[in-house]
Amino acid sequence: MDSAIATHPHTHETAVHADHEHASLPQHRHHFETEEQQREAGSFGMWLFLLTEIMFFGGMFFAYLLYRNWYYPAFAVASNQLSVPLGAANTAILITSGFCMAVGVWAAEVRRRKMLVLMLVLTTVFGIAFIGVKADEYHEKYEMHHIPGADFSVAQFVNPAAYGIKEEPLNPDMAQKTEIYFFLYFAMTGMHAVHMIIGIVLLFWLTHRAWRGDFSSGYVAPIENFGLYWHFVDIVWLFLFPLLYLINRHPLH
Amino acid sequence: MAHEAIHTDANDASNVTNPEHAQHHIVTPLQYSFVFITLLVFTAITVFAAYLDLHWANPVIALAIASFKAVIVILFFMHAAYQSRLIKMTIGAGFFMFLVLVTMTMSDYISRAWGLW
Repeated sequence: MDSAIATHPHTHETAVHADHEHASLPQHRHHFETEEQQREAGSFGMWLFLLTEIMFFGGMFFAYLLYRNWYYPAFAVASNQLSVPLGAANTAILITSGFCMAVGVWAAEVRRRKMLVLMLVLTTVFGIAFIGVKADEYHEKYEMHHIPGADFSVAQFVNPAAYGIKEEPLNPDMAQKTEIYFFLYFAMTGMHAVHMIIGIVLLFWLTHRAWRGDFSSGYVAPIENFGLYWHFVDIVWLFLFPLLYLINRHPLH
Repeated sequence: MAHEAIHTDANDASNVTNPEHAQHHIVTPLQYSFVFITLLVFTAITVFAAYLDLHWANPVIALAIASFKAVIVILFFMHAAYQSRLIKMTIGAGFFMFLVLVTMTMSDYISRAWGLW
C-alpha cells in the first residue's frame, strides 16, 4: 500500500484534468485515493445506515420489552396462538436466503457471473417464500379476529375452553392487553416484512445488473452492501422469532 | 507489497491513502456453510429449549441464543471480523448506544410507579 503513494503522487492541487486521473478501474471514483479506501468508505456508510435501522427497530423492541413485563399473562397466552412450526420454518427459510446471499457475495468477488445470478435468484426465491408464509399467518390472524382494531376479539382469551384452547382464562382487563401484544406483533413483523419486500425489489434490479455482468469484473460494492442490508433484516427476525413465538410454550405444568 | 505480509488492522497515520489498512478478505463458501449449519442447529435448540419449563431461564436462554446467532451473522456473513478497526468500532458503538438508550428509558419507566406494580 505504501507504493500507492509513490506511484500516485497527489495531483488534486493541479487544475490540469489529465493529471487528475489515478484510477485504473472504471468503478474507482476519482475522489478516492485507492480502491481499498473507496471500499471502506462504502462499507462505513452502509454500516451507519444500518445503525439507524438498529435504532428504528430498537424502539419497537423496547416497547415490546416494557409491555411484556407489564402484561406478561396476556403476552404469554396471545403468543401461544402463533404457530411455532410456521415460525421455525420461516426462520430456516430466512437463514437459507441469507446463506445464498453470502455465497452470492463470494461469487461476485471471484467474478463468477452465473453463480452470482443463481445465488441472487435463490436469495429472492427464499425471500418470497418467507413473505408467503407470513401472509398465511396474517390471514389466520384475520380469521381469528386477532388483528388489532374494530374487529379484534378477546373471546378466545376470556373463554378459551369454548374454543378448545388449553389455557387458563384471563380476566377481562388482562384479556384486553392481548391487543397490545398483537399490535406489537403486527408492527414488528410488518416492518420486518416491509424491509423484506424492499430487499426483494432491490434483488430483482441487482439480478438484472448481475446478469449484464456489472458485478463480475471486480466491482462488488452494490452486492456487498446489499448483502449487509439483507443480513441485517435476517438478524431482526432472529430476535423476533423467540420473542414473539416462544414466550411461554410450556404452560401445562 | 511487503506491507500485506505484516497486515494489522491498527491505525497507521503515516499511511496516507489507507490509514486503517483496509484490506479485502474473501470469505469462502465453506466458511459460510459452517455458519449456516450453526444457525440452523441453534434455531432447533431455541425451539427445543422453549418447550422445557426452566422458569426465569427461558427468556434468558432464548435471548442468549438469538444474540449468539446475531453475532456470528455479523462477524462472518457481514464480514465484520475482517473489517478495519474503524468499522468494528462503528458497529460496536451502534449496539452500545442502543443498550444505553434501553437502559435509560427502562429506568425511567420502572421508577415512575415504584412499588405500585
